[in-house]
Amino acid sequence: MAEPLRPDGHDTDAADLGEDPLVIAGETFRSRLILGTGGAPNLDELERALIASGTELTTVALRRVDPSAPGSLFDLLRRTGIRLLPNTAGCFTARDAVRTAQMGREALETDWVKLEVVADERTLLPDPVELLDATEQLVDDGFVVLAYTNDDPVLARRLEDAGVAAVMPLGAPIGSGMGIRNPYNLAIIREAAEVPIVLDAGIGTASDAALAMELGCDAVLLATAVTRARHPVTMAAAMRHAVEAGRLARRAGRIPRRLYAEASTSFEGLADLDTGG
Amino acid sequence: MSAAGSEGAVRLTVNGDEHVVTPGTTVAGLVAGLGLEPRGVAVAVDGEVVTRRTWPDRPLRGGEHVEVLSIAQGG
Repeated sequence: MAEPLRPDGHDTDAADLGEDPLVIAGETFRSRLILGTGGAPNLDELERALIASGTELTTVALRRVDPSAPGSLFDLLRRTGIRLLPNTAGCFTARDAVRTAQMGREALETDWVKLEVVADERTLLPDPVELLDATEQLVDDGFVVLAYTNDDPVLARRLEDAGVAAVMPLGAPIGSGMGIRNPYNLAIIREAAEVPIVLDAGIGTASDAALAMELGCDAVLLATAVTRARHPVTMAAAMRHAVEAGRLARRAGRIPRRLYAEASTSFEGLADLDTGG
Repeated sequence: MSAAGSEGAVRLTVNGDEHVVTPGTTVAGLVAGLGLEPRGVAVAVDGEVVTRRTWPDRPLRGGEHVEVLSIAQGG
């Protein structure tokens, strides 16, 4: 497993249990868990999961209006007070993604966008060429771009150069629940970046989210792991604790791995009980 | 819609379906006619986003393709 290559800007000696907010494009969040709304079995379960997760930012997609159920998701989300982050899910080209981002800006009156430009339906892996193209167009148009990307350190750097507000590398394909397949790349991405790194996609269970934070990610974005869990509300609470625990462990500074034991109890002053017999 | 078949009716495609409105109907009128609150809704005509403040000033013309979107669950 990859070790963090450097402290992530925090003096570990000074790390305490006080305020440790996530800051993206000047906006402050106390929660480092971004919970997507996709895949929930029903709106009631979704609302309870959102609240249990403690999230302050949630993703939504844009789709043709359904006159049979207009506004109910919108009403629910406004009721929770959670900030909305429109995504460009389902876009395969920069052109479609830019248009969808513009529609999201109109619908939700926000310049923020989770930019997704995927290559194909089977893998849903980001298309790096289209992604970078869309990023450049949207940044030029004044958007705050949070870019869903591959776990590629070079692409992450190119996205940052293009002006993204956050780089969001995948741990594994969307919805796969495979966890973090390349922790070494994530460590390299974290080391080089000045913007927040949000682990996005691939999380299967709480330990995956904790690991992402231990590796130095600034936040975790997940949806399926909660919404398609057998008990979404319970998993939402698990993810909240996992992200908090992983963040604290990162700030605390873990011990190095070693092959052999290192006694935590001193041998000094050990009694000699094997004499006089 | 009552204008269907009447002289000058404007035939559109809305979200992939045929839709007829009366001449002079604007984007704002279309959205209201669909029973939608403007908040949380975005409209594109022939692939171009129509900003909300210009909805009342944008009449719809025959043959135009209108997309009316709102938020849906998504990661």
